[in-house]
Formats: sequence, structure tokens, C-alpha cells
Amino acid sequence: MSVLKAAIVSALKEDARFRARHYPESVIFCVVPRAKFVEAGRVLKKAYALLAAEWATDETPYVRGYAIYACYRYGSEYLIVKSDIPLDDPVFPSLTKHFVPAYRFERQIESLMGLTADKHPDARPWIKFEDWPADAWPLRKTFDASKPLPRVQGEYKWARAEGEGIYEIPVGPVHAGIIEPGHFRFQAVGETIINLEERLGYVHKGIEKRFEALSWDEGARLAGRVSGDATVAHSLTYCMALESMTACSVPDRANWLRALFLERERIANHLGDIGAICNDVAFAFMLYQTMRLKEMLLRTNLRLFGHRFIMDRVLPGGVTADIDSQGITDILGELNYLSQEFEKLVVIIDENSSLEDRTRATGILDPETARDLGVVGLVARASGLNLDCRIQNPFPPYDRIVVNVPVLIAGDVHARVWVRVEEIRESIRIISEILTTLPEGDITTAVNAPWHDTSGFAAVEGWRGEIIYWLQAGPQGEINRCMVRDPSTLSWLGLERAVLGNIVPDFPVCNKSFNQSYSGHDL
Amino acid sequence: MIRILHQIFRTGIVTEPLPQEISAEVAAIGAELKAEIWKRFNRSLTIRQVDAGSCNGCELEIHAMNNAIYNCEKFGIHFTASPRFADVLLVTGPVTHNMEIALKRTYNSTPSPKLVVAVGDCGCNGGIFGETYASLGGIDKVIPVDFVIPGCPPTPTDLLRGLLQVMDKMGGKGRR
Repeated sequence: MSVLKAAIVSALKEDARFRARHYPESVIFCVVPRAKFVEAGRVLKKAYALLAAEWATDETPYVRGYAIYACYRYGSEYLIVKSDIPLDDPVFPSLTKHFVPAYRFERQIESLMGLTADKHPDARPWIKFEDWPADAWPLRKTFDASKPLPRVQGEYKWARAEGEGIYEIPVGPVHAGIIEPGHFRFQAVGETIINLEERLGYVHKGIEKRFEALSWDEGARLAGRVSGDATVAHSLTYCMALESMTACSVPDRANWLRALFLERERIANHLGDIGAICNDVAFAFMLYQTMRLKEMLLRTNLRLFGHRFIMDRVLPGGVTADIDSQGITDILGELNYLSQEFEKLVVIIDENSSLEDRTRATGILDPETARDLGVVGLVARASGLNLDCRIQNPFPPYDRIVVNVPVLIAGDVHARVWVRVEEIRESIRIISEILTTLPEGDITTAVNAPWHDTSGFAAVEGWRGEIIYWLQAGPQGEINRCMVRDPSTLSWLGLERAVLGNIVPDFPVCNKSFNQSYSGHDL
Repeated sequence: MIRILHQIFRTGIVTEPLPQEISAEVAAIGAELKAEIWKRFNRSLTIRQVDAGSCNGCELEIHAMNNAIYNCEKFGIHFTASPRFADVLLVTGPVTHNMEIALKRTYNSTPSPKLVVAVGDCGCNGGIFGETYASLGGIDKVIPVDFVIPGCPPTPTDLLRGLLQVMDKMGGKGRR
């Protein structure tokens, strides 16, 4: 029996009911009474589980109340705990005492669904700005999303630091570069950062609510626009969650093509990041070199698959772009060239002492903190956590591909650069393997409509890390809820801790080394 | 150091000549435009990019415009860190409820004469995000827009073509 299920059963006994109609069946789903919600979290924490996501639903269309969900991860297991919340008492017990990431999940649930987190240490809203009406809870079914929000008076209460020589630096939401908006507030003494408070939510587009107004097919397009730089990974996760609910068996060729797109996306973004990190420590040469290679990949994407970022090419039931033998030859040739050029650049990065001086011991996220915060993806792998869905929760075709991911323990900017370097090398190898073993066959199949009151789950390793989608079909089989958990939701927490004790001028390079998504977080 | 120099010389100049269809347009705009830009804008167009709610797809392509292959600086197009130095605001959308005030402030901080260019399908009309409580729709719902560059996202070539047309417009009429 699974470790997590055993922990729940031994602690909660018959209070935990394991329920069907949740897919895939490999993900354990159990319902516990509201009073036992925290107890479940506590025993799972003792079993070394990490909190992967926490969200709420409005289940009034099924003539039920609200519900709170928490998804835990341990090794290759996922376990979802659900508790029903009555309509007339919209309160749920807070997990924040046991799991740090619940801190933001629960503020978000409180802000957008209007369920109060009991004993939560911080009652300030998150994503919902102070000028929203207090009773505007967009994720509730009674909320009319088509009307613009009125603005009211209100002020956000920032964390404050007082004392001689302390000063504050507010940055954003409009930043100096070509990047997404968000606000950072530093308290500094001299040049040293003693506190950083992030305030995100500026690009909140109401994505989760928007899903509920779309058909399942349109949902795939929207998922591809949750975070434009990870469009393949997001649309793939959405499609896999939907396919799990509808017992859709995707043709094998489509699975391999999806992996091809995913790995190409990973290489392109990592190349851009390595260049941008070097640029932030005044080594512009590397930015121009890596951007040249990235542009080469994007052009090949456009030529072979019809879009530079391969957007909208992953749809429920398969993919809409195929590759012929000439395309395979082209990509293999391109990878060969990329590999040669990239290795020359890696030697330059490795030998450049001024680069090493700026990136080593800068922005350290130590392994212990990383685990407490539950960060995922490359941020976790640079801080000693061996987390990768392609290994722990292998979706096809990764169940037939050996993936070697680098895990470093330094947790500094240098480690995050080096994880990217190793991942590019590994992705080049994976793509060669995909192209040499690509099976013949169809690339798409029909997808049935989901049954009413079923839910589906999927987790995919995008280039930033684990992306989770959780879908719920309503009474008529429509989208009742689509929960999106971008890796940024967790990893943004890591940045706040990593910059402490660093100098203010090193913040850009620390931020770039994380390169988390604002849009994927704000939704 | 020798490796860096070797790599630079080996890479050479990778900047591409203008795509054919753009070359034709530039030729059509011709010397008149050039004289106009030289006179009015001291030979360059300075852009402040504002993300008013985009998914980051448009930002990647705007970045790509700056890479060595497109090298937008050769047309005198460059990006500035402050709206106070900008001739053009290049805005991606949809405008979110939470960015509306920041976008208006950025617009008001940009000295006249100025042009606003809305980028991407979402910047034009809200795209798939539509008009909801959180997304106000296209940029023109919040600030006056002079020019749009559609696409999801527009390619760097689309962006360059659009901006060259903007330069044409700046030389003539319609500046605020």
C-alpha cells in the first residue's frame, strides 16, 4: 500500500473515506471531515510528504456546499484530501502551521473563494487588491464575472522595519526591463537586504474563472496562455488531466511528439535564462550568444510545427503538428550544431572568474529552507531536492525514457545556472532518443465529454518545474472548476528567502536565476 | 579571454538584412521618413515596454527583437528603462483590473508627443481572456491607442514591420 494512504488510514481510521470518480486512479483521493483536515496534514507531514497544492471549490451546482482540497506529494505518490465546507459556515482550518506554502494558497482561497482560513497568521488578501469590494469572491458561482469591478478605498499593510539607517526601496509594478509586472519592497541597511516582501497579482486575468465559461476544447487554448513561455507544458498538463477523466488513450506517436515539444521548450527557455543571468552580471557577450542559439530553435519550431513557441499544437486527444523524416533529419542536424556551439559557451562560462565571483554564494536557498517552502523544479534541484515529475511520476513516454536530472546542493545563482546547463545537455540527448524511437501511427484521437461530477488530475514537468492541473466536471459535464498550479506559486516563496543578506544590486541576478512566472502565479 | 574573442570572431555578424517585404515598405517610406526621424526624433525611436497583463509570450518576442539576428537598434529603435525618456509606449495586454492604474500612471509619465502601440491579440481586444471582472480587454479601454500589432504572439518580424510603420506615422500625423 502507498505510504501516504497507510499514514492516513492508521491515523484517521474510518474518518477517511477513499472515493472513486477521481482520475487517474493512481492518484489517491480521500474525503475527511473538516475537523480532521489539519490532522490529515499533520500525519502526512510526519510521513515526509510535501504540500503540492491547496485549493477550494464551490460545489453548489451539485447541491452541495464548498469544499477544500489539499494535494500532497511524496516520491512518486500524490494524495488529495478533500473536506466539505457547509455554505452557512465558510471556514476551514489552516494548514500553514504545518506547511509553509499553505500560507499563500490559503490567503488566495480566502481572497478569491471567500472561505476563511481559521488560525491563519496573516489575514491580508493575496491577488485580490485592497481596492476590490470586500465581498467580491470571483470563484463563487454567485459571482457575475462579466461585470467590471468597482473600486473602493483601502490600503495594503506592508511589513515594516524600523531602526537607525534602515530604508525602504519600492520597485514596480512596472519594471525597468522587458518583463512582467510585480511589486518588490526591500528593507535595506546600507546595501544589505534585510527583508524582501513580494506583492504579486498585477496580472490577475481571472483565468480560473474564465475556464468555467469555456468549453473543454477552448480550455486547452486558454491553458496554453497561462504562461506564454511554458505554453506546451501548460496545455499538455490540462490535456492530460482531461484525458484521465475521459479514459482517453492518446496515440503513442502523439505522446512522443508531446515530449519532443516539451523538451524543445525547455532548451529554448534555459538558453535564454543562462544568457540573461550572465547579462545581469554585466557579461552581455553570453546573452547575445545564447539568444542566437535560442532564435535558431524557435525558427525551426516555426518551420516544422507552425509556431515559434509551439503554441496550440497540443490539444485534447493528441497533437496537431507532425514531423516527417526530413524534419527529423533537420532537428538532429540542428541539435548537433547546437551541442557543439553550446559546449564552447559552457567552457567560457566555466572559465570566467568574474562570472563565478558574482554568481557563487549569491542568493543562497539552502536545502532545508527549500524543503520547508516546498519549491519545485530547477529551483529545488539547485537546492538539493531531487524532484522531477519526469522521474517520480513519469507520464508517457517518460516511462520509457531514462531521464538524468542534475541535483546540486549549493542553492546559489551558480547552482541554478549549472542545473540549466546540465538540463540542456540532457534534453538534447532526450530529443535524439525521441526522434530515433518515434513510433508510427495517428497523432490524434477523439475525446469524449467527461461524466458529470468526475475530476481529473495531472502533473507535468515543465521547464520551470512541476505544473499541476485539477479539473472538475459539473452536473452537465461542463467545466465546474479548473485549478492551475504553476511552479511559480511555490518557487516565488524561495526568492524572498534567497535574497536575504545579499546586496540590493544583486537582486536582479537573483531574480533572474529563479525566473518565475508572474502570469502563471497571478492567474 | 582568448576564447571569448575567438567565439566573437568565429560567430561574425549574424544580423540579417531586412526581409524582402519589409525592405520594399522601407523603400516606399523612403528618404522622407528618414529625414523626418532625423529631424524630429534625433535619429532614434525610444520605446518603453509595458506589460499590462500579458502571458509573457509577447515579451519573449519583444526580447527577440533585440537579439543579434533582428538587431532592432540598427533602425534606431531602442528600449528605455523609464517612460520619461520614451517616444512610444509598447503595451501588451489584456489590461488587468490590477494594472489599470499603473498603466495610466505610466502613460501620464511619458512626455508628449507620444504614441501608444498595442501589441498582441490580447492587447488589441483582450484575446481569449475577454472582458471580465479581472481583464478589462484591449489597451484602448484604458489609454488612447494609435497603432496595433496583432498576433499571438506577433513574431519579431511582425513587430519590426509594425514599428517601422509607426515611425512613418510619427513623421506625419496623429501624434499626441
